[in-house]
Amino acid sequence: MPQAFALHRTTIGLKFIMALSGAALFGFIVSHLLGNLQLFIGPDAVNSYAAGLRKVPALLWVARIGLILAAIAHIGAAVKLMARNNTARPVSYKHKLSSKTTSYAARTMTWSGPIVLLYFVYHLMHLTFGVGPNYDHHNVYNNIVYGFMDWRIASVYIVSNVLLGMHLYHGAWSWLQSIGANHPRYNAMRRTFAVALAGFITIGNVGLPLSVLTGMVEPTDKSYCFTELEKVPGECEGIETPTH
Amino acid sequence: MSNLNLTLHVWRQNSPHEKGGFVRYEATDITTHMSFLEMLDVVNERLIESGELPISFDHDCREGICGACGMVINGAPHGPQKATTTCQLHMRQFKDGDEVWIEPWRAGAFPVVKDLVVDRSSFDRIIQSGGHIGARTGSAPDANEILIPKGQCDEAMDAAACIGCGACVAACPNASASLFTAAKVSHLGLMPQGQPERNDRVRNMVSQHDAEGFGSCTNHGECETACPKGISVNFIARMNRDLLKAAITAPNELTERTKP
Amino acid sequence: MELRSNEPTGPIETRWERHRFNMKLVNPANKRKFNVIVVGSGLAGGAAAATLGELGYNVQCFCYQDSPRRAHSIAAQGGINSAKNYQNDGDSVFRLFYDTIKGGDFRARESNVYRLAEVSVNIIDQCAAQGVPFAREYGGLLANRSFGGAQVSRTFYARGQTGQQLLLGAYQALARQIEAGTVEMHSRTEMLELIMIDGVAKGVVTRNLVTGEINPHLADCVVLATGGYGNVFYLSTNAKGCNVTAAWRAHRHGALFANPCYTQIHPTCIPVAGDYQSKLTLMSESLRNDGRVWVPKNVDDCTKDPSTIAESDRDYYLERRYPAFGNLVPRDIASRAAKAVCDEGRGVGPAVGDQRRGVYLDFADSIQRLGEDMIRERYGNLFEMYERITGENPYKVPMRIYPATHYTMGGLWVDYNLMTTVPGLFAGGEANFSDHGANRLGASALMQGLSDGYFVLPYTVGNYLAGVSPHQITEDHPEVRGAVEGVNERLNKLMSAPSPSRTVDSFHRELGQIIWDHCGMSRNADGLKGALARIPALREEFWQSVRVPGSGADLNQSLEKAGRVADLLELGELMCHDALNRDESAGCHFREEHRTDEGEAKRNDEEYSYAAAWEYTGDPSKPTLHKEQLTFENVTPSQRSYK
Repeated sequence: MPQAFALHRTTIGLKFIMALSGAALFGFIVSHLLGNLQLFIGPDAVNSYAAGLRKVPALLWVARIGLILAAIAHIGAAVKLMARNNTARPVSYKHKLSSKTTSYAARTMTWSGPIVLLYFVYHLMHLTFGVGPNYDHHNVYNNIVYGFMDWRIASVYIVSNVLLGMHLYHGAWSWLQSIGANHPRYNAMRRTFAVALAGFITIGNVGLPLSVLTGMVEPTDKSYCFTELEKVPGECEGIETPTH
Repeated sequence: MSNLNLTLHVWRQNSPHEKGGFVRYEATDITTHMSFLEMLDVVNERLIESGELPISFDHDCREGICGACGMVINGAPHGPQKATTTCQLHMRQFKDGDEVWIEPWRAGAFPVVKDLVVDRSSFDRIIQSGGHIGARTGSAPDANEILIPKGQCDEAMDAAACIGCGACVAACPNASASLFTAAKVSHLGLMPQGQPERNDRVRNMVSQHDAEGFGSCTNHGECETACPKGISVNFIARMNRDLLKAAITAPNELTERTKP
Repeated sequence: MELRSNEPTGPIETRWERHRFNMKLVNPANKRKFNVIVVGSGLAGGAAAATLGELGYNVQCFCYQDSPRRAHSIAAQGGINSAKNYQNDGDSVFRLFYDTIKGGDFRARESNVYRLAEVSVNIIDQCAAQGVPFAREYGGLLANRSFGGAQVSRTFYARGQTGQQLLLGAYQALARQIEAGTVEMHSRTEMLELIMIDGVAKGVVTRNLVTGEINPHLADCVVLATGGYGNVFYLSTNAKGCNVTAAWRAHRHGALFANPCYTQIHPTCIPVAGDYQSKLTLMSESLRNDGRVWVPKNVDDCTKDPSTIAESDRDYYLERRYPAFGNLVPRDIASRAAKAVCDEGRGVGPAVGDQRRGVYLDFADSIQRLGEDMIRERYGNLFEMYERITGENPYKVPMRIYPATHYTMGGLWVDYNLMTTVPGLFAGGEANFSDHGANRLGASALMQGLSDGYFVLPYTVGNYLAGVSPHQITEDHPEVRGAVEGVNERLNKLMSAPSPSRTVDSFHRELGQIIWDHCGMSRNADGLKGALARIPALREEFWQSVRVPGSGADLNQSLEKAGRVADLLELGELMCHDALNRDESAGCHFREEHRTDEGEAKRNDEEYSYAAAWEYTGDPSKPTLHKEQLTFENVTPSQRSYK
């Protein structure tokens, strides 16, 4: 099926790529959030979830490579389409086009995207690579909570996640349109679906730093040791609460 | 009925290669029963009488069906009234003292010919690339031989109502002609007679759309609102689906299409 | 000059079939050596160009619009007739033939009309195969409606946009040939002259409307499918660009112009609202199926809110005068009846000039009987359009309508092969005079355009080409250079009138008013003579003082209009000559001197059973009349009666 591989040469083909890679990333974001929400259950829940992810490194890397490829495809297609769309109207209107149906989210995809990308890099450095002081590979819970206790870090997360929410809102609505999954009976539901999904993700993602900032979620005390590590001699020694 | 005095800012451009700009005109004593184009007629008559060049604009049937007319009026293609072409827009939609900005359709694929007149031959080339059914004259079976469910035919007619005016392109933030292309792809794709060429049709038409330099659809939905015939963006989804299906199942390679 | 119709003789049912067999064929290998020019891209031109291209000829097609898809065929709303008899209600080819001949008031050529009815069956098949979304019944069969007073349901339709859908079908077929390279399309290009070599049509001179370039195009024959001349009235339902120039240029080169006085007035148009009015909008005649036409009985009630006028004070004049057909009488009768009541001072709506020109078309009864939803389903888009234009809601307030010029039955005289009196020059669609006699039935214009374009011209053009060899003419030929020079001279003259002071539109409006007043819905000798005195004077003034700004070297819409109006100023005079000559009433040509006791058109078959074909003599005021006698072997001319 050589034609399928030539799809990227058409604008609609690029939209398929965006839609499908977007859907993959979307799926990751949903599962990621579900994992993170365990913060509200307690340190052990989060930490064992984090440890569980690393148990089979091969699987983790397959998932990571998949996500990286999806991100590259998503961004690559976006850049190609943006370049095209920016030249499709060489002389712009003097009187601004009166937008009637498009949403703020739809119009801002081209810059909410890059900002979210920067945020992802920041987020990875913060909580995956552990750039910065007092990072503890085993206590993901504390890494998160200490991070969010800094209002500057928390604001980065809050602002970025609001943008991510908008990005996902338009994405959730339009990826079905892009791949042509529409049906008169269900079309009206697409909006509701997008609002519900994007709303859930945004509330969850913003809720995490907010709950830390407001003191609802607190760091573990000195005596805490991740249960799985208690069996390992010496691992629970010398954990100290960092000072700010 | 009291008459209106309006201030117009009209895009004037002598030729495709010259620079254009806005010129201000006072349109005085305009009755509300006039159509927008009749208002421009009046302005033009006065311009000619005072020895100036009248404003060029495309128009023909003046009953909303030929698709010739079209200008962006205060940022809205075909003006403020929903489902209305410029020729059927009437001055009762305006208030005394209004400032009215009148611009041509703006798109790289619609170069300005003069003033408000643009070249929409790209639309013709999209149709030429595949927007037809190869029914040789004289070869047709009896018209009732192929039954078509009413609902399906009505849906095809919804798409076929496109008048090819270009408002969808003018309204699209990306200057995409997806709605125009999708309307024809869907009209013929919904008819049983259009099935044999369905795969090649959508691939060729999308390819020509891209070659003409139109932008891509990013699902804003502005085209649907600007469309004087209210053609739905659902047809764009339909076109996307057709293309995906064609890409996976069509056996043959297509030659790349170009803009002359 | 003897007019030879070249129609076959013998049983009318087999004339076309026998003629097709007798026509010569072009060897398939030779077809591509022949060049054919088609001017106009509407139903007739678009269909002809596409089909000729498909057959293998080299076709060049021209249109003044920016795309062939915008030709004015697109505006036809109601439908297209065809003798399919899908409704089993007694229709047949012969009945459609008979209805068309009778509807045309026995002023059309039997052979042509029979062929039209015969071919009508193929048209629907062809269009359905092209994907035209004709209305369907729930079972998937094609739907039909009765239209314009026909007693059978033979009209096929696609919502209120039948013309659009049929034109898009032809346009798509044309686009397919352009893609295949058999047709070269020239949009925004207007034909300004016919090239004649040794008395034979061999090409056209065109102006590129964007660059102003004047170019000759040579071919082995020329097909004009350039529509009608209704814009001679200035206000009409025609598109603004519709014009007679191509046909008139041909006329000046010897193509006879037939029956120019047969112009049709459509009864259901939105009335004129003011003197700035640029065009009249037609609303489908189908509205008369459910609307009742009335005016107040008393002149004093005419300015009142219609809802306050009691039932007993309303005059449903069509139902009163024509009890059998009521509101569905043919167009000419409905139109004249509306004019009559308005002339009595009983018109409604705003007064423009000295008169209220409008009658009510009232849906109140139907809404009560069928419900507003049913009316919305049937006429929703028409009602919306009416409201957009007038600002009034027809569900609440009765519509106002008035007749407007709509179609011209007259046109270039053609024989059975649709060839004009100039060898090698064909005319199809509304541009010819062929099929509608003195009045056209509703839903027959689309039928004729497609019949000529798909099924007649492709044969007859081939027959002509089979008898000639591909031309060897170059652009250096003196006749070609002369034609180009002539066009340039004329354009220069238009742009440099001695004392430029009046706009083109002002002349056009004045001409339109003269024609409307004296050669419109009803005519009389005095009025026509008056018009014949005024038009040459207006034409003289036009050439003296028309003001065309700008240059000829780029897009100049004033210049385009000026050329068209100059030709309409000559045609308008010919119309009046023809109307004055035809000292009888027939169909749409209503001479007040000739009416029955009931006030209807009264024909004079003894003296006027002919097509009047006019020859240009060099002086537009002195045309020469040639007559083609009409013989009726298959129908008996009778007095039309719709009582």
